[in-house]
Amino acid sequence: MMTRYATALRDALRKMDPRQMIRNPVMFVVEIGSAVTTILWVQALTGAGEAPAWFIGAIAFWLWITVVFANVSEAIAEGRGKAQAAALRRSRECVKARRLTGTTPGAGHEDVLAGDLHAGDVVLVASGDLIPADGEVVEGIASVDESAITGESAPVIRESGGDRSAVTGGTRVLSDQLVVRITSEPGGGFLDRMIALIEGAKRQKTPNEIALNILLAAFTIIFLVVCVTLLPFSVFSVHAAGQGTPITVSVLVALLVCLIPTTIGGLLSAIGIAGMDRMIRHNVIATSGRAIEAAGDVDVLLLDKTGTITLGNRMATEFSPAPGVTPERLAEAAHISSMADETPEGRSVAVLAKERYGLRGRGLHEASMHFIPFSAQTRMSGVDIAQEGSAGVRQIRKGASDAVKAFVQSAGGSMPAAVERTIQDISRQGATPLVVAENAEILGVIQLKDIVKGGIKERFARLRSMGIRTIMITGDNPLTAAAIAAEAGVDDFLAEARPEDKLQLIREHQREGKLVAMTGDGTNDAPALAQADVAVAMNTGTQSAREASNMIDLDSNPTKLMEIVEIGKQLLMTRGALTTFSIANDVAKYFAIIPAAFATTYPALGMLNIMGLGSPASAILSAVIFNALIIVALIPLALKGIRYAPMSAATLLRRHLLIYGVGGLIAPFIGIKAIDLLLTSFGLG
Amino acid sequence: MTIAGAVQLTAFLLVLLATVRPLGRYMARVYGGERTFLHPLIGPIERLMHRFAGIRPDDEFGWKENAIAMLIFNALGFIVVYVLQRTQGMLPFDPGRFPGVPPDLAFNTAVSFVSNTNWQAYGGETTMSHLTQMLGLTVQNFVSAATGMAVLVLFIRGIARHSAHTLGSFWVDLIRSVLYILLPLSVILSLGLVSQGVVQTFDGTRTIPFLDRVVDAGGADVPSQAIAVGPVASQIAIKQLGTNGGGFFNTNAAHPFENPTPVSNSLELLAILLIPAALCYTFGVMVGDTREGWAILAAMLVIFIPFVVLTAGAEQAGVPSYTGGGVGMQASPGQPGGNMEGKEVRFGIMQSALWATATTAASNGSVNAMHDSFTPMGGFVTLVMMQLGEVVFGGVGSGLYGMLVFVIVAVFVAGLLVGRTPEYLGHKIEPYDMKMASLLILIMPLLVLGGTALGVALEAGRSSITNPGPHGFSQVLYAFTSTGNNNGSAFAGLAANTPFYNVAGGIAMLVSRYWLAIPALALAGSLAAKKRIPASEGTLPTHTALFVSWLVAIVLIVGALNFIPALALGPLVEHLLL
Repeated sequence: MMTRYATALRDALRKMDPRQMIRNPVMFVVEIGSAVTTILWVQALTGAGEAPAWFIGAIAFWLWITVVFANVSEAIAEGRGKAQAAALRRSRECVKARRLTGTTPGAGHEDVLAGDLHAGDVVLVASGDLIPADGEVVEGIASVDESAITGESAPVIRESGGDRSAVTGGTRVLSDQLVVRITSEPGGGFLDRMIALIEGAKRQKTPNEIALNILLAAFTIIFLVVCVTLLPFSVFSVHAAGQGTPITVSVLVALLVCLIPTTIGGLLSAIGIAGMDRMIRHNVIATSGRAIEAAGDVDVLLLDKTGTITLGNRMATEFSPAPGVTPERLAEAAHISSMADETPEGRSVAVLAKERYGLRGRGLHEASMHFIPFSAQTRMSGVDIAQEGSAGVRQIRKGASDAVKAFVQSAGGSMPAAVERTIQDISRQGATPLVVAENAEILGVIQLKDIVKGGIKERFARLRSMGIRTIMITGDNPLTAAAIAAEAGVDDFLAEARPEDKLQLIREHQREGKLVAMTGDGTNDAPALAQADVAVAMNTGTQSAREASNMIDLDSNPTKLMEIVEIGKQLLMTRGALTTFSIANDVAKYFAIIPAAFATTYPALGMLNIMGLGSPASAILSAVIFNALIIVALIPLALKGIRYAPMSAATLLRRHLLIYGVGGLIAPFIGIKAIDLLLTSFGLG
Repeated sequence: MTIAGAVQLTAFLLVLLATVRPLGRYMARVYGGERTFLHPLIGPIERLMHRFAGIRPDDEFGWKENAIAMLIFNALGFIVVYVLQRTQGMLPFDPGRFPGVPPDLAFNTAVSFVSNTNWQAYGGETTMSHLTQMLGLTVQNFVSAATGMAVLVLFIRGIARHSAHTLGSFWVDLIRSVLYILLPLSVILSLGLVSQGVVQTFDGTRTIPFLDRVVDAGGADVPSQAIAVGPVASQIAIKQLGTNGGGFFNTNAAHPFENPTPVSNSLELLAILLIPAALCYTFGVMVGDTREGWAILAAMLVIFIPFVVLTAGAEQAGVPSYTGGGVGMQASPGQPGGNMEGKEVRFGIMQSALWATATTAASNGSVNAMHDSFTPMGGFVTLVMMQLGEVVFGGVGSGLYGMLVFVIVAVFVAGLLVGRTPEYLGHKIEPYDMKMASLLILIMPLLVLGGTALGVALEAGRSSITNPGPHGFSQVLYAFTSTGNNNGSAFAGLAANTPFYNVAGGIAMLVSRYWLAIPALALAGSLAAKKRIPASEGTLPTHTALFVSWLVAIVLIVGALNFIPALALGPLVEHLLL
């Protein structure tokens, strides 16, 4: 802890370099002011000063402290990431890679340094090895430890083909081996980008930040003019009043520093870095700060149904036996037919049978069973059981209703009308009917249902109150989609969606001027992700999806967007709050400094000293000290961000104006008075 | 403030508010190119002017073309007024035989009238020929006001439009402003004023014998007095309506021939705020939501009314040192009381205080009482009303676009506070917009404070000061506040017709008018080009009481913070020293 602050302080001092300071115009002015007062202090030490040396020296000291505090805030914000980045960088050093020299499986390989790998190279990564660079698995399947980037210790499976083929440089293969085609150039990999982001080196200012900087610069220029012109005003007033001395340069500098928005100016970049850092701690890597800010403005959120709104798979929830069939018989048949079905749906049938009817599949001889797997042609699966004796074969089938109907009819049976009705009912509710038959007899229907994730409805309600519409995207038919949409509480849905439909939908919303966010993981999501304003790719997704996005969620949690939106909003709110606070502070500072500065010329202005500050010197010093200390006091707020709770814009504005506007008016009166009491009690001023 | 005062203020505000909707809607129709009841009469004249000037009424231009058009038109206006003044001695309609105006004064006056400031470093009836007054100054009273209105209309279209590259045509809107709005209203007001006894004649100065015997300082008989008359009513109407303020006479609307009765005073007072207030409604109609217009008018009134009350209260309270000296300043059945120095008895405290606040709020600059003679707090109010940037009503057109820039700043900070990229009426506020808005806010304090610093630092500036102590400082501050905000009212007192004040004031007027109009047009161009952002739950409504309060706070804080030190050394300390 101590070392962290020590490091931050060291970094803060390094940032005092004027060439760096000039990027922050407000604090640059403070630094120049510090230098000017320091020179005046040296002059005063020689006995030729405009005011007592201790007074100028104290002002100079506190102005320097103001600059240091602002830099400390930035350094602390950066510091969190720096350690992480250093660890990451260490993990990359001296990684050796085995580059294949040919394309045939038996080809040899050569050892090269990871840094020498280029896109297109193919490398072999064996168990225990670090993956040398980002790439695509072209051969093999392996468990990979990605904790270096995700912090998640459970290994993940990476395999060639499909949506889990992307691997990241710096992660470690735990078992088996992979052949990987490298997709990134040296220094351009995911980890490199992450290191750069964490260090804040590549942080670009976002549009809102630039706009705010312009406004702050304008304020700074105005106050510069206010203070510069105050000198001739003061000289004239001394002449007009016939008494007193003109305002000193050191007091003018003190006034200037107090008036310019140093609070927000000093904390502005820390707020931005901290926002990025908060993303990282939510395990989201944003490739641009712009995207984080845009997230705060999102109007429409597109979500894939599967895995986001519903649990990944449909589950059996109900057995509906045909007339004359006992539920137990249906359950038993369903259970047997699912015994070899390792799909989640199949397992859920077995689980339901077990839960409802205590069936465990005992007493069946596996040897006598012949399982028939599901195929796209038959659209059924099932089992043939050779009966003991000559009772024939029990042919149990389960599958799509028309397929099973055809199966039953071919055996001379028929579909009872009651079952037909059940099938329709189930379809209408958005569930999937799975018909079970034994030989020529229909036993009943299993209802497979999409299970909407717990708590998702509340999350969508929360999004709605943030002003964000959610749209569910699904390949289901409109009927099913509508039922799930209603259950999950999304605002709209796109059924039977093909990739081009998603793209079309995004474009339509963007044409209306809306900002669209989308999450995705598959290669077919890539065009839509590229089109969306805020695109979050799942880390488990394909390389193309990750490249098309501007954020990557390392947890692969599609509802993470909600946190991202909140962080985006927090970022803006924190800036707005500190700007309001900073400007509101000026009122009190005027009341402290104006009567003090003209105490000798116009003692009548002492009426404005409503705080009853001890002496002109202590009043000016108190204002300067308050101005410096408030930066430190607000560092935690800048780093943590303002808490966001969804509510209407008007309510939020009222609340924040009360806290930061009115609070900003009042706080310095109290703070300056308290500091003044302290100074006076020490006999200063 | 007395009860009579409160009644006068309330009655004035009610009449003003009653005019907002009809006039505002009428102006929206005019600028929208729709037919109005005046079209049968004025339409042919408009078409003739279009044909004569080669204007195609359907042509539309981007902000740059419009800005250039405005600059060219105003530059030509400047040249005409300057040359007229310099050569008036050789031209007709000069019954007073006034010679050509000296170059520095001619420069100052030309800038002053072209920029809708109407700062008058001269005494009109003793300096300008009738020809200069009518062809130079009165014409500029119309077209400088129309320039402000045209720029505003272009600005409003920038807000009303989306994904557009043009804002309309400066020329078309300029002609519309003059023909359909300023001229008809001026005719009505002139007739009303003439009915009250405001003079309107082409005759020169009358020489009238005194009724009683009058002697001069040396004891010699003075047989007669010279009474200046001229085409007064026509100039007064437009100088009030167009927030010009440059009177025919040196004493402006305190002169009995300019403003003879309480009725004429009420009419002229109403005329100051008439168009600026109604333009708020026009804005609402043009952007498709009148609530937005009412909100801005509300913000203006929320600032305006307390300041009127403050001025009236300060003037009614009078000066404590007089009371101590046995002078009764309290209102009583026998007398209205209050500080009547520099005020006309026929108007009294409230009409003077209301006028002073309105004329400084609205960038008009005409006066019916001497602001220099106000109590320090009364003088403080007139200064503050101008230092807020002439956005509380402000100049016709320019006041509202100034206020809309404050709205954009308010929206920007409020947008950040609610965690959403700021947007105003469907436009996202981006860095370029903030750059232009900052420029608009930045220039004025630079001009006012910089000019005042020069004024008190240079001997050329100090030598014009006529009062000792902080009041002398207020005089210089007032001069640059007035010119730097295109107000044109004078604190009097200051001897302003010197090369220093003519040149420095002229530059302040030039910069504050055009350096503000051009970024305003640039901002409008940028806003018009943006895609429309549809409103959602997260959008901050800009027509609510909450937003109006926030806007008022921004206007007050930005204005007050810049000028607190200067005000402290002027009227504030003067007040404390009373």
